[in-house]
Amino acid sequence: MADINKLEAFVTQVRRDIVRQVHKVSSGHPGGSLGCAEFISVLYQELMERKEGFDMDGIGEDLFFLSNGHISPVFYSVLARSGYFPVEELNTFRLLDSRLQGHPTTHEGLPGIRIASGSLGQGLSVAVGAAQAKKLNNDNHTIYALMGDGELQEGQNWEAIMYASAKKVDNLIATVDLNGQQIDGSTDHVLNMGSVRAKFEAFGWIVLDIEKGNDIKAIVSGMNKAKAASGQGKPVCVLLHTVMGNGVDFMMGTHAWHGKAPNDEQLASALEQNPETLGDY
Amino acid sequence: MKTYENTGSKDTRSGFGAGMTELGRTNLNVVSLCADLIGSLKIQTFIDENPERFFQIGIAEANMMGIAAGLTIGGKIPFTGTFANFSTGRVYDQIRQSIAYSGKNVKICASHAGLTLGEDGATHQILEDIGLMKMLPGMTVINTCDYNQTKAATIALADHVGPVYLRFGRPVVPNFTPADQTFEIGKAVQLQEGNDVTIVATGHLVWEALEACKVLNEKGITADVINIHTIKPLDAEAIIKSVKKTGCVVTAEEHNFLGGLGESVARELSLTHPVPQEYVATEDTFGESGTPAQLMEKYGLNANAIVKKVEKVISRK
Repeated sequence: MADINKLEAFVTQVRRDIVRQVHKVSSGHPGGSLGCAEFISVLYQELMERKEGFDMDGIGEDLFFLSNGHISPVFYSVLARSGYFPVEELNTFRLLDSRLQGHPTTHEGLPGIRIASGSLGQGLSVAVGAAQAKKLNNDNHTIYALMGDGELQEGQNWEAIMYASAKKVDNLIATVDLNGQQIDGSTDHVLNMGSVRAKFEAFGWIVLDIEKGNDIKAIVSGMNKAKAASGQGKPVCVLLHTVMGNGVDFMMGTHAWHGKAPNDEQLASALEQNPETLGDY
Repeated sequence: MKTYENTGSKDTRSGFGAGMTELGRTNLNVVSLCADLIGSLKIQTFIDENPERFFQIGIAEANMMGIAAGLTIGGKIPFTGTFANFSTGRVYDQIRQSIAYSGKNVKICASHAGLTLGEDGATHQILEDIGLMKMLPGMTVINTCDYNQTKAATIALADHVGPVYLRFGRPVVPNFTPADQTFEIGKAVQLQEGNDVTIVATGHLVWEALEACKVLNEKGITADVINIHTIKPLDAEAIIKSVKKTGCVVTAEEHNFLGGLGESVARELSLTHPVPQEYVATEDTFGESGTPAQLMEKYGLNANAIVKKVEKVISRK
């Protein structure tokens, strides 16, 4: 059973890492990163079966694919603090010659990254392929994927969603970060998608909601249910209801901090709200 | 002048299918993906023999490229199959991010390239794909000339690590390269030796270059004919060595002159040994409906066109 206090402390440090990375280079995407801090932390610290070290093929372990690559600050923080590369390397986020590119990439050989993402809508297809490779390899592990809700406006997702159910890709748990925000405003305002649940269900997926997508207990419990629902002939979709910017009060619930860095005062405030737990890099 | 015998005309796509059949039997990591064009890509035998290693994607090429990238994670060697137009322009960003930039070992196999797709017309006749694909860092670009070479290339791709674009066609064309050839990526094949001009050809234009050579010989002109099956990386050494002897070059391809083989050759010449060059290629135009032979005549992509360009380039020496 999960040690909730330990996970809380982990997430608090991840939040610090996110705002510090973005502040240092005055660029990056803190809002969506903070909204998914609990989810990605729980994945790596609690849910996924992971091998020591990193190899690209990832045979014999669970794999995670981030499709909305702009939330790289949270991904880098969780990967570093899960042992994939030195935590100090978070200092190089978005700098010249860094392995921590603005959007995640395999190109610079950063351990933990298996596909480049950033141009939206491509990650689910890749996850589906990786899930099918696992089946061919008789590798009984799970593929996890995360997409943004605004990202569902990209048509390629729906090709992948249709395919995954038709081909019974049931070793796949795809999570949608339902924060209701995108660059130009709320998702309802920019392009109202109607019921995401109804759409996935119509495409033949099992759909589960995690209503409290920033609550560690709710995530652990919801994802365990998702895991239990996998392996039954259908892909599983988790609708993760999150608050963009969660954990930093002035960033919460708005699209304003989608791709904007805090200034010095704002950083101080964000850090004060999230005291150091595991040690800053 | 060497004589090349057509051992029986076949389509290059059938060479791809035959190569896939062999790979299905010899390399268990090879998987095949197709976007609703099994018959066109000639992969039914692979599917019959390896149903678990075949992925019917449906009419969803973007998804196919992503799935192919994902299949490499786990050690598979995916060969995607659809028309050249839908293998490149339609899915350029998927290839760029999920395959090329991600360094994935995906083989993008494209049939029905160029004008010789014929009656379907310009919507399906891509003449820009070589340019699109050669501009992607790390992408190998191959355009084979006949059935035997396409089969050999297909088989060779499985042992090459990295993304590759393999371009072939629909029509039945002469089959003249050796059935037992070893396909070496990036290595030019010299087909004729001459002194007056270098003809550098790729794909369906290689046979046309050999035909042109016969006509030129009757006019007292001898040509080096080089089959460039690999446009990237280009065997610049072979080309430069030849033009140092002949002093001029004609490039020949079933592609727009912009972005094609000719431009790649021109760059190498300009860097090391500038000589007059003429292009047998389409002139920044779309194609149209017609038979392959009619189209190749109208757009100047056959032996006659090569002869004319050779005479022109020699006059510029």
